[in-house]
Amino acid sequence: MTYNFDWSVLWRGQSALWLLQGLITTIELSAVAWVLAFILGISSGALRTVSITPLRWLASVYVEFFRNVPLLVWMFFWYFAVPPLLPQPAQDWLFDHGAEFWAGVVALGVYHGARFSEVVRSGIQSIPKTQFEAAVSTGLTMAQAYRLIIIPIALRLIIPPATNESLNLIKNSSVALTIGVAELTFQTRQIETYTAKAFEALTAGTLIYLLLCLAIATIMSQLEKRFAIPGMIVKRQTGEL
Amino acid sequence: MDFSVIINNVSFLILQGFLGLGNFTGGTLRLAVPAIILGFLLGTFIGIGRLARSRWIYVPTTVYVEFFRGVPLVMVIFWFWFIIPVLVGKALPEYSVALAAFVIFEAAYFGEIVRAGIQSVPRGQAQAATATGLTQAQTMRHVILPQALRNMIPALVTQSIVLLKDTSLASIIGYVDLTKAAQIVNNREIRPFELYLFIAVIYWLCSYGMSRYAQHIERRLAINPA
Repeated sequence: MTYNFDWSVLWRGQSALWLLQGLITTIELSAVAWVLAFILGISSGALRTVSITPLRWLASVYVEFFRNVPLLVWMFFWYFAVPPLLPQPAQDWLFDHGAEFWAGVVALGVYHGARFSEVVRSGIQSIPKTQFEAAVSTGLTMAQAYRLIIIPIALRLIIPPATNESLNLIKNSSVALTIGVAELTFQTRQIETYTAKAFEALTAGTLIYLLLCLAIATIMSQLEKRFAIPGMIVKRQTGEL
Repeated sequence: MDFSVIINNVSFLILQGFLGLGNFTGGTLRLAVPAIILGFLLGTFIGIGRLARSRWIYVPTTVYVEFFRGVPLVMVIFWFWFIIPVLVGKALPEYSVALAAFVIFEAAYFGEIVRAGIQSVPRGQAQAATATGLTQAQTMRHVILPQALRNMIPALVTQSIVLLKDTSLASIIGYVDLTKAAQIVNNREIRPFELYLFIAVIYWLCSYGMSRYAQHIERRLAINPA
């Protein structure tokens, strides 16, 4: 094995700036996609537990369709297949405003929304049924009971699996490099291309991912302690889709 | 919308892209099936190692699992793609690189499933086995693992589905799987909607079918507990 290490490539030239820009893009992409996934996940997760069959069915179709197809295929689908179907002005606007970023957001958000939905559903199902019955018997409508009682409790219960899922979203945001989003993995490859120093570039990128995930996991475990409901935890599922 | 593009290229997409029977070394299944088997085997050792009493086994396997679970798969694939040529001294075909990356990466996830499976076997089983005179290794092989395996099956099927979907990422280093095959056809025909929808349906059929099968097994195991 002959390889000359040269760690200075990481701070000479533009490498450090690229890594920083990559990190910022990764965070932006993940944050916007996370909001979308969160909204889709809570609404479809809640709908999967209601007693109105067509709504439950609709939510199931969404979840089963989107989570059973690889994220990469969804990236290509939202970036290459969907924009040509839009009206011309919308297409022009999109390609002036970073179409790859928004395609990445939609792909990640819709895919992870389906996975997040399963977490929310198991959270709601772990709440005793009497909680819902008590809420309805005080005169709340079903929608109010979900909005005011069930979902707030469920959100406190699902912090650990939801954190796991959020970290998966951040890690999966790297798939957006395939459609040209200049996120962290993309920039890592760019440094490799410019300096031919694969080992150093990949080490830097990998460490940034590990630190980012570690930081979020630490913050979330603090949140979990603060919001935990004594005596109630959601059973941890291994090997979730 | 013109789905004749699918009909004209269906043999390339399915035979070459999905099954790997063609001029390229490719195929989603040709990568996924060995990766699942080898990843599970390596994962079994990792999972047992995580429960070992010796710190020299426990610490490295835990670091292994935590490291690979904290890093994106895309990153791991690039690691193998750039580092293997340096280590081996020559470039290896995409297939070997992708297979190595998937086995090493997924073993961390399989390892966690195996660990949870072993921990689900009541302690009394190990004690009873030791009391009959079995060694530690024999206890693991004849008593603990067969029972653990039974409890792990649903999670193992789920992880295999994840791996099947993940193999689409091998296309970024040029491996001709179903996704890459669709890209190749699309470069010629420019029919992204039809092509990507078609491969989405193929992936969906495999992975939904497998998840229904997992549910079926889960139900059967629930009726006849060990």
